[in-house]
Amino acid sequence: MIKQKLLVLYLSNSSPDSTIIGWSLFDGSRNDKYIEYETSSLVDYKSCLDAMRDGWRVIKYPSLNEPYDENIHQTKFLKYEFVLEKLIESDQDG
Amino acid sequence: MDSGLLKSEEIANFITDGYLRYDSIIPKDLCDEIITQIDDGYYSNYNNVGEMFKVIYSNASLGKIFKIGKVENIIESLLGKTARYDHHYIHRKYKFTNELPNLHQDGEIDKRNYQFDLLILFFPHDVSLNMGGTLIIPSSHFRKVSGNIIKRYHNIINQEIITCKAGTLYFVHHNLWHAARSNLSNKDRIMIKFRLNPSDNQKLNWDYKNTNLQNVMNILSKNYVWHGDQQRIENINRIKLWRYLYDDNTSELENKLLWGTNMNDIKKVIYQDSVRSLDKNDS
Repeated sequence: MIKQKLLVLYLSNSSPDSTIIGWSLFDGSRNDKYIEYETSSLVDYKSCLDAMRDGWRVIKYPSLNEPYDENIHQTKFLKYEFVLEKLIESDQDG
Repeated sequence: MDSGLLKSEEIANFITDGYLRYDSIIPKDLCDEIITQIDDGYYSNYNNVGEMFKVIYSNASLGKIFKIGKVENIIESLLGKTARYDHHYIHRKYKFTNELPNLHQDGEIDKRNYQFDLLILFFPHDVSLNMGGTLIIPSSHFRKVSGNIIKRYHNIINQEIITCKAGTLYFVHHNLWHAARSNLSNKDRIMIKFRLNPSDNQKLNWDYKNTNLQNVMNILSKNYVWHGDQQRIENINRIKLWRYLYDDNTSELENKLLWGTNMNDIKKVIYQDSVRSLDKNDS
């Protein structure tokens, strides 16, 4: 069965070639728990573009939000969230 | 004579990083006493709500923490003399856990712009890396996201997984992002978190008399990679909080000594363009 693996990258600005500042991995192809991902070396990618060159396909591209005067000094979430996927053959039951 | 209160540089570090760390300031004997009492179910999480912090658990081992001079001084410097106990929670991460991290912020629907509560993280035994540790994101406390909404963030550059010796305390801004991590070891991990509130303003409660503004400015200018293109806004928010705590109502346009908006004084400037617009409105 084909299963989906999601790699979520947070970048330092809106361009896919900018530096990774955070990441999460959700692997639908495996049944084991989380811990291996915590210690993974995904940070080896320097940018989203770097991950694309390794076969990851971008499925969400962050939109640009205009700042408003009343919140111009506000920071909240990580602004530039790119979601990437790989579809892989897996024999593990869901 | 040294009052024992925090100095301005330490306050600036708290403003910048969102926490202060003090290694092994609680004696090991007291740590062991407290662990025994926790195991005996001695402490209920919401006892003593609203009491002055100096008198909570007066007759129990946990209360002795707040009578240690250094601890009292740190709390007073950040919250004032009349800080009150909000609650505590005993976090026990059982051995061999393997679960998703839960990055979150304790503050929820917090409408305050400047004032803050204090979280005190108390580690009563040694914590090694394979025990998971508590994870914190330095300098995340200006980002009010209200609770658990950030659980999807699993790794952020500059994150710190706390490993430490028994008796270590972290004094943390209540909005700092943090998470518990899986405990891979064969021993339970305990962390006791206290929350204290200020009951008066939080201005000038530390030893501010010999403040060196240049030192303060250098500390407030620290960069974190994970802030990406929002570094300048983070710096502005630090400056705003410093001004609040230091009771500095002057515009940076007047206070050239601190914020160096004079073009001849360019070395003192923290991100000249952004800061110069800090207090500006249309005339």
